[in-house]
Amino acid sequence: MQDLGIRVLIEGNNLYRLMGGLLITIRIAIISAIISILFGIPFGIVMTSKNKLVRFVCRTYLEAVRIIPVMVWLFIFYFGVPKLTGIHIAGDVVSVIVFSIWGTAEMGDLVRGAVTSLPKHQKESGKAIGLTNLQIYSYIIIPQSIRRLLPGTINLVTRMIKTTSLVVLIGVVEVLKVGQQVIESFVLQSPSASFWVYGFIFFLYFIICYPISLFARKLELRWKE
Amino acid sequence: MALLEVIGLNKYFDGFHVLKDISFSVEKGEVVVILGPSGSGKSTLLRCINGLEEIQSGQIKLNGEVINEDSTKWHLIRQKIGMVFQSYDLFPHMTVFENILLGPLKAQKRDKKEVARQAEELLNRVGLLDRKNFYPRQLSGGQRQRVAIVRALCMNPELMLFDEVTASLDPEMVREVLDVMLELAKEGMTMIIVTHEMEFAKAVADRIIFLDGGEITEVAGAQEFFTDPKTERAKNFLNIFNFKEYKKGVDNNEKI
Ligand SMILES: Nc1ncnc2c1ncn2[C@@H]1O[C@H](COP(=O)(O)OP(=O)(O)O)[C@@H](O)[C@H]1O
Ligand SMILES: [Mg+2]
Repeated sequence: MQDLGIRVLIEGNNLYRLMGGLLITIRIAIISAIISILFGIPFGIVMTSKNKLVRFVCRTYLEAVRIIPVMVWLFIFYFGVPKLTGIHIAGDVVSVIVFSIWGTAEMGDLVRGAVTSLPKHQKESGKAIGLTNLQIYSYIIIPQSIRRLLPGTINLVTRMIKTTSLVVLIGVVEVLKVGQQVIESFVLQSPSASFWVYGFIFFLYFIICYPISLFARKLELRWKE
Repeated sequence: MALLEVIGLNKYFDGFHVLKDISFSVEKGEVVVILGPSGSGKSTLLRCINGLEEIQSGQIKLNGEVINEDSTKWHLIRQKIGMVFQSYDLFPHMTVFENILLGPLKAQKRDKKEVARQAEELLNRVGLLDRKNFYPRQLSGGQRQRVAIVRALCMNPELMLFDEVTASLDPEMVREVLDVMLELAKEGMTMIIVTHEMEFAKAVADRIIFLDGGEITEVAGAQEFFTDPKTERAKNFLNIFNFKEYKKGVDNNEKI
């Protein structure tokens, strides 16, 4: 049989399916990233608390997220939780939950780092002009931290996009899984299918992640002025 | 009644007794300069007065009202006590004008037009009106400190605290900042100033408080303190700033 080569990508509705898979990947990553940023900022501020117990609890959460692989978290929520509670959660919802738990912890640590790296005088100057703590955070600490946060946050988001490939393990058909399916059904007609399909997926990841890094670098340069 | 009254103030840092039984008062319109060796507790004392540091015993009264109670709303007290620090402490992400307006608008919730007018007037007085849309990094150290002073003044404080505001400045910029403070003194602003500029202290102070090892060891009028210090410690301290005896040709051992 003749090798289809690159044509495997446009054969049938393959391209459509691959893009559909990509959409699922992106959706999980974007929703999780937004949740992570929204929860990560207050979590990071709580992490700077003077209270030792509060700091200990935060630290434990962060370390737990770091030590236990994302894959295990996915299994816990997808297979473990239904066993325990009888509630079955859909794969993509589990994915968002797990990525948000992970992202919130990492985002929190970034925020903690950014806030504590600000000179102490910034906070005190805010106090000295009679601002309340909430006002100090809203007008002084957070706006300044955001600039310092940018590189780490972008890094986290691209890491999230890439790590979404793990969600196939709980049955979510994202772009990598679609790729495998395409390869399986075409491998006899086209032995080089895997090269083209995986190559294309590599390209897809690249065109998503690269503009994000580029945008971040632009923003950083502009803020530096 | 004194504007500010400090009675029997004691302050510890983890068991280390930094301020020992400090008592003094400042009348409205008075300029008090606090002198003393490095580490004697001058900064800590100023920081206690506007609640940046907790005190372990004693009282601080503003207009006769005790302000260091558990129920004290420090953010309200601090609107009446302006403070300028040694480090350039402007908010780097805001322009000069935004820096100045932040407190009056957000803390005092004043009318924007009125505050803007006052801010422009104050900036004009310190010669920086043309810099109002600059960012702090575009200003020299002396300009930044003048903006920091304006930022505090725009809150209409009853008392101003200055903690070595010229100590990190290049020598040629010290004067422009000190001039602003002299001007304020002339206008009757009540101020407590920590400085190492002795000539300035002499010129601006109504009274000198000499702090050593966390204790007030001498209180005197400015003239009196510099010409006739009572304590040995104050004498030694003043000698550090005195270079006369090292001048060429005055060396006692020099043979002619
Ligand atoms: N936050 C702090 N924790 C512990 N010790 C401190 C702290 N701040 C100041 N000190 C100590 O208190 C003493 C007085 O410091 P400070 O008020 O800064 O002196 P000054 O301003 O007269 O140089 C110094 O011995 C200093 O080391
Ligand atoms: Mg000091």
